[in-house]
Amino acid sequence: MPNIKINGKPLTVEEGTTILEAAKANNIKIPTLCYYPDLDIKSDCRVCSVEIVGQKGLKTACSEPVWDGMEIRTNSPRVLNARKVLTELILANHDANCTACEKNMNCELQTLANTLGIDENRFENVLEERPLDTANPSITRNPNRCIKCGRCVDVCKNVQGIHVLDNMGRSNEMEITPAYGKYLSDQECTFCGQCSSVCPVASITEKDKSDEVWEALHDEDKHVIVQVAPAVRVSLGEEMGARPGAIVTEKMVSALRSLGFDRVFDTDFTADLTILEEGHELLERVKEGGTLPMFTSCCPGWISFAEQQYPELLDNLSTCKSPQQMFGSLAKTYYAKKEDIDPEKLHVVSVMPCTAKKYEASREEMRVDGENPDVDTVLTTRELGKMVRQMGIDFDELEPSSFDDPFGITSGAAAIFGASGGVMEAALRTVSEVVNEEPLKQLDFEDVRGLEGIKEAEVELGGNTVRVAVAHSLSNARKLAEEVKQGDSPYAFIEIMACPGGCIGGGGQPYNTTNATRQERIDATYRVDSRMEIRQSHKNPVITTLYEEYLEAPLGERSHKLLHTHYQKRN
Amino acid sequence: MLEHKLLTERIDRINPLSIDDYLQAGGYEMLKKAIGMERIAIIEEIEKSKLRGRGGAAFPAHIKLMGIAKEEETVRYVVCNADEGEPGNFKDRYLMEHDPHQMIEGMVIAAYATRATKGYIYLRGEYDTAHSILSWTLDEARKHNYLGENILGSGFDFDIEIRSGAGSYVCGEEFALIESIEGKPGRTRVKPPFPTQVGLYGKPTLINNVETFSNFPHILRMGGEAFADIGTDSSSGTKLVSLSGNVANPGVYEVPFGVPIRDVIEKLGGGTADGRKIKMVQLGGASGPIIPEYMLDLTIDFDRFENFDSKTGAGAIIVMDERVDVFDVLKRIGEFFEHESCGKCTPCREGNLQLLKLVERFVERRASEKDLLNIETLSRVMHQTSLCGLGQSAPTAIFSTLQYFRDHYIDVIEHPQS
Amino acid sequence: MLENILKEYPRQEDYLIEVLLEYQKQKADRHIGEDEIRRIAEHLGVTESKVWSVITFYTFFSTRPRGENIIQICKDVPCYLNDGNTVQRTLEQLLGVQVGDTTKNQKFTLEHTSCLGHCDGAPAIRINDKTYTNLSVDKLKAIISEYRGNT
Repeated sequence: MPNIKINGKPLTVEEGTTILEAAKANNIKIPTLCYYPDLDIKSDCRVCSVEIVGQKGLKTACSEPVWDGMEIRTNSPRVLNARKVLTELILANHDANCTACEKNMNCELQTLANTLGIDENRFENVLEERPLDTANPSITRNPNRCIKCGRCVDVCKNVQGIHVLDNMGRSNEMEITPAYGKYLSDQECTFCGQCSSVCPVASITEKDKSDEVWEALHDEDKHVIVQVAPAVRVSLGEEMGARPGAIVTEKMVSALRSLGFDRVFDTDFTADLTILEEGHELLERVKEGGTLPMFTSCCPGWISFAEQQYPELLDNLSTCKSPQQMFGSLAKTYYAKKEDIDPEKLHVVSVMPCTAKKYEASREEMRVDGENPDVDTVLTTRELGKMVRQMGIDFDELEPSSFDDPFGITSGAAAIFGASGGVMEAALRTVSEVVNEEPLKQLDFEDVRGLEGIKEAEVELGGNTVRVAVAHSLSNARKLAEEVKQGDSPYAFIEIMACPGGCIGGGGQPYNTTNATRQERIDATYRVDSRMEIRQSHKNPVITTLYEEYLEAPLGERSHKLLHTHYQKRN
Repeated sequence: MLEHKLLTERIDRINPLSIDDYLQAGGYEMLKKAIGMERIAIIEEIEKSKLRGRGGAAFPAHIKLMGIAKEEETVRYVVCNADEGEPGNFKDRYLMEHDPHQMIEGMVIAAYATRATKGYIYLRGEYDTAHSILSWTLDEARKHNYLGENILGSGFDFDIEIRSGAGSYVCGEEFALIESIEGKPGRTRVKPPFPTQVGLYGKPTLINNVETFSNFPHILRMGGEAFADIGTDSSSGTKLVSLSGNVANPGVYEVPFGVPIRDVIEKLGGGTADGRKIKMVQLGGASGPIIPEYMLDLTIDFDRFENFDSKTGAGAIIVMDERVDVFDVLKRIGEFFEHESCGKCTPCREGNLQLLKLVERFVERRASEKDLLNIETLSRVMHQTSLCGLGQSAPTAIFSTLQYFRDHYIDVIEHPQS
Repeated sequence: MLENILKEYPRQEDYLIEVLLEYQKQKADRHIGEDEIRRIAEHLGVTESKVWSVITFYTFFSTRPRGENIIQICKDVPCYLNDGNTVQRTLEQLLGVQVGDTTKNQKFTLEHTSCLGHCDGAPAIRINDKTYTNLSVDKLKAIISEYRGNT
């Protein structure tokens, strides 16, 4: 193990670590900007430059491995001056109107400038105004704020394997854009929003719809209801200053009530419903010799990806709408009828960990009346956090409360929908029991849990061994899709979630999501599940009532109309 | 004799398009010799020759060879860097257009020594004539089995493909060049790992300049020790100098290391075209230092150039006479780097534009003391923090003029344009 | 024409630059349009963004239509020292356009270039794939009239 010195302090550090890692392990903070945990080391911004005794140039701590006898200075005048100059250079080509920016007080560049004590910029402002990309329902791109850190390119190209964003042009005119410098919506963007999640400034953000929700909440004529996705309760806490993995379900419900929603519902309910529909669909495909393997269809990023890049696999996609959309169509029909509300006056809001859900809600097929969207407004976890802050709610002091009926009773199976492998596990909990006609002894399917890119499991169904697989992030999804396309997929059922870790790592989740935070949220997700009384979707009594009262049976005529959809090739 | 013709010895004696001419002049004999040698012995011979890279960085040639030879990966590449884009340099073009087989022979020897499986010549897009000549030359070499399968019955397979640049100076940087061959924009990668470890298509890769490869056959012919006797202790062999600017006879001259710059300009180049006084000279190209006339007794030697803290070794000498304004020249250089920065790292992408803006203030004689301070600070930070050689050496000309022509800066500050 | 070129090259990402160079060279208006980018991307199995990133990085490529003949004027120091400014002024006068523009008859586009590597023959220009050196006003006039007549 190499012995090194940082700022004169002798340290023994792990072999093969970088200066940045060694410093972090010893509680020495080196500022960074383009660096992001779990992503490639880019070494572009040069802000983490440090001095190595005996060397003329500076080295970037993020990329430089340590060696025995290395003496590092992280705070010499030469280093501090270089960092200041570099940051001023970035600021001189950045729309630094900080008070008119959605990331004011939550911006890594602003924090850096503050840490370095920058009080004036010695360089001329060279920003050339460029138009914004607002042409899609999910994501806004503001090139005037881009600092060319390359994080978004990395997630888009390497993590997701989509490669819509790239560095275009060269020199000072280099910008990060889709092809032709135009719109994300012209390219094969899935609106997964991972780019927005890693952007250190506000150059790529979710398309903010909080104003639309405030309008609806203050419209006397409107009955405004909200549904909250499973992954939000284990992440909203971070927006409110809690540690990652905090479970804030009941305070979240209270906060939504305080914002003025007429009813606060749980998307977990329609997650349970999804399991009933999707489980039966799978069984029917197996029995009737339908197209297999069947892919899950809860994730709109994955759906876009399949429609754009694997049109030949559209028959493999479950026809089930996602829980968000099942909720929307039930709200505008069943709920409206039951509560005697004119559907035109019903405003359905959803809170999702996801930017692609905004696009999903806007799709033509997602309108039961053929005209108005079933889900009127989609907010991300981040937008909800913002609204709670705008309202001046002291989140910690809120009294806990529970979801409203009828869409408030849910199972543990639904709760785990937000983690990669969760939909698969939930489906297996129901399908095995239905097929094997005896109670499942072990409800936990550990094989499909966790952050490994592709996971597989074998299950006994009616005397047959069936293989299933789970993939998260689209580059992994591509691997499984290719297998299916080539005709050599060994699986019967495949779960895909577009974002790393699943929805808990969604593009609309709180900033600074890393694999460590993903793991915390996953752990919290399974804690929620383990505490539930009902842990299988088909045992949710309200689901049973819903079928009895309204839907009749899974895959029935009304289900077909309200809960299923179709797909088409898109370019 | 001031000149020492080693690499240029055959030039004008042979038809570059004729492999027979090259063979008659002893061509490919050293490849035959190499094939009869232990691979390690070839590298040892290069080590004895003390040959240092001719592309500018002057890295010892045998270390790279040995680095690749040691790798376990069996797919290895040899790449000739023929992306001569540094303003003021044209000696690689001269070698390729006039004695192309020499470089090919050097590449095959290097490939044999390192067990490389495939070669590439990354040729700058502007060198149209060299492209045609090299295509022809490779075909000829293939026909004679100096390239291709089982070269000269040795069981060694090796072939070379030409890849064109498309207008980017930074592609002369090793990793940018690799990216470009891979069909990507020429933006460098983070080091380590180095190209000899993880290079082209992720495989160990030897990258050398045209002139470096051209030296290999001569080292085998003369023996490493005899080669090392040419030149100086720190810089062995000869150097091809690209002489240009305000000079009577611009061109490529091959001299042994250790020759004073003044001799090259005056004795070989015939001094300035119209007898005017020399004001200053830029060494190495746009990324090199500008030195005043009184420093011209400096000898051509890698170690002496190291004092400038810049990659000056490519061997360009750009002569500027008394009419030339320091800031006009710095502006041209600034525009060049501002245009050629790949855009990847902050100091180069943003710094070159800001540097140009500061230089323009001096050109227009509206600079303040603060501008002088900023130009110095920014230059230093760019030099110290840029990711690759482009950004690191972009301010070299400014550093040198701040040192040797500081009075010009002060004059602007004290006598602004009214 | 594009299809013929695509046939010549392996369907590998690393031939992208070669394909683009060859295509642009053969195309009359010397540029690569969006439809062609889509086709090339599809053929080589890369995204349009990838192709766009390459085209916008290298100065040889143009995304806008240009003239039949591309005249590149070197703007670096050795040419500058040898009265390179006169070259630009002369060409702008002869053609009636500024650097960056194309003549009305689509015959010439005037551009700047970084060093052409012909500093021993400064000042130098490149027209399409031919370099001209040791230029004087008269020589430039002769070169331009040759292109006007022959092409």
